[in-house]
Parts: sequence; C-alpha cells; structure tokens
Amino acid sequence: MTTATATTPALARPRERLLPAYLFGGVLFGIVLTKGELVSWFRIQEALRFKGPYLYEVFASALAVATPAFAWLKRHRVRSVAGEVIAIQPKALGRGVRYVYGGLLFGLGWALVGACPGPLFALVGAGVGVMAVACLAAVAGTWVYGYLRPRLPH
Amino acid sequence: MIGELLHRPWPWYVTGPLLGLVAVGLLLLGNKPFGISSNLRHLCAACLPGDVAYFKYDWRQSGLWNLVFLAGVVVGGFVGGVLLRSPHPVAITSQAQASLAAIGIHDFSGLVPREIFTWHVLLSVRGVLMVVGGGFLIGFGTAYAGGCTSGHGIFGLADLQLPSVLAVVSFFAAGAAGSFLLLPLLIP
Repeated sequence: MTTATATTPALARPRERLLPAYLFGGVLFGIVLTKGELVSWFRIQEALRFKGPYLYEVFASALAVATPAFAWLKRHRVRSVAGEVIAIQPKALGRGVRYVYGGLLFGLGWALVGACPGPLFALVGAGVGVMAVACLAAVAGTWVYGYLRPRLPH
Repeated sequence: MIGELLHRPWPWYVTGPLLGLVAVGLLLLGNKPFGISSNLRHLCAACLPGDVAYFKYDWRQSGLWNLVFLAGVVVGGFVGGVLLRSPHPVAITSQAQASLAAIGIHDFSGLVPREIFTWHVLLSVRGVLMVVGGGFLIGFGTAYAGGCTSGHGIFGLADLQLPSVLAVVSFFAAGAAGSFLLLPLLIP
C-alpha cells in the first residue's frame, strides 16, 4: 500500500524528486542575501541615493558569472539534471510598456520598503517580523494586478 | 576565529558571484528560470479566491519548485540573519549614512532601521504607507513588469533580454526618485 501511494505521484511528476535540491538552493540564496547584506534597507538606500558602489558591484559580478555561463549552457545544449535541454524562453517585448510601468511602480515600492521580493521573505526568516505584513501586501498587489490586467496597457 | 569569520558580512566579490551561481544552478538542475516574484502569483493562484484568468493555471506544475525555493529563502534568512548574525552595523559608506541622517534616520544598528520597521510604527500612517503601501507596489509592479530584481535584474540581464533592460532601468530610476523624493516625506 505504501508503494502504491509513493510511486503514483512520482510517475505523474517525475521532477518532484528534485524538490529537496530547490529547497537547498533557496536556503543558499537566503544566506547570500543576508550575509551579503542585500536584505538591508541601509544598503539599498545607499545604492538608490548613489552614495556607494556595493550593490552595483554585486550586480556586476553576478552578471559577470551568469552571462557567460548562460551563453555556454545554451550553445552546448547542455541537459539539466531533470533531463531536458537547457533553453531560456525569451520574454515577449511587445510595446514594452509593461516593463517600464511595472518597473517604475516596483521601483517606488522598493525605495519605500528597501527590499525587493527575495529579501522581503529572507527578512521574515531573519526575525524582522513586520516584513511578513509587507509580504502579504505584495501578494495583495499581485492579485490586484491580476484583476486589473485586462484593462492595463501592456 | 572561525566563529568570527562565519559571522562577518560577505564582500561584494563573494556575494555577487554566488548570486550568479544560484541562477546558473537552477538552470542546471531543472531548466528553471531564477525569479522570486513569480511566487507572488503562485501564492495567489494557490490561496486566493476569485474568478481571475491570470491566476487560473496549474501552479503545482509550474510553480511548486519555486515555492519550495522561496521556503528555503526564509530558512536561509534565519541562518544568515540570526544564526550567523553579524555583530556590527551594516557598513554603508559615511556619505550614505550622512545622507540618511539628513532625512531623519539615526539608528543604524540593525539590518533595517528601527524608526520604520517595528510593529509599533506599523500602526501609524507612516508605517502603513511604507510597509503596506510599499509592499503593495512591489507586488503590483513586479507582476506588471513580469519580474523583479532577480528575474529581470539577474536572470533576464544575464540572458541579454531587452525587456529586462527596460525593467531594470525603470526600477532603478523610480527607486532613486522614491528614495530622494518620497522617503523624506514619510520619515519624521
């Protein structure tokens, strides 16, 4: 009986065996965000007020690693652990309006909270309980976007 | 000695490359796009009622891996922010400190300023505007733009995608404007 319940979902969703690996990846990302102080309101304001290079150095060095790695993985058609060939779906440009308007609104919220979505959740783990309210507000914001989506310019 | 080393904050040349490797690792694991804000949509699809087309999809199929990743981020925040907590204030530049002091921030001891991010302040107009209003804008804006600092700023830029360039330029511009123009109005 245990084998029946254990194997059926595994057959339906073969990639779920990787869930522990994604959990581990998330933990690593959370540690990088906190130990790298990217969760810090002070660090974000330092960057947004152009008073220090830290955040820009972080972004530049992250891209210096990821950009050539992405290109290499795509060019050599490397297979992921899950088995499929690595391919990145390009985001549709369209008129580009959504990226500008959405980016501007997100940027304002980013300046106020001093955290983007990843750090928002990492801060809850780091003991800044108030950020749980900001997380819920962010979920609400996404819901309202989904509701208004048919009427918004994209 | 080792304890001191573990609790010390990481320099940019450790933090940045590791961030890049997280994005590379997700591709290698399961061809997954690195991006946190998609989880806000998955959470809506999983938890919130309403007849909204944007939330009608199989979130388990497309987003369970990412929600598990997000749970890991909270755990990682505990490890990095509590267990390996740095005993020192965040070492922003003296120019940044002066600039923030000029708009009324004086307690630089934690990861976030205590003048704003406490339960007590949350009950004030200022707290609601900053925490709830700011959080709402983050959720609305990232969904509208189809990504955040991770999905556009790292994943999209590393894939040299024009939409991500537009989004990143926009959120940095609005972030700077918000920090210079809005923050002074909200901090007493």
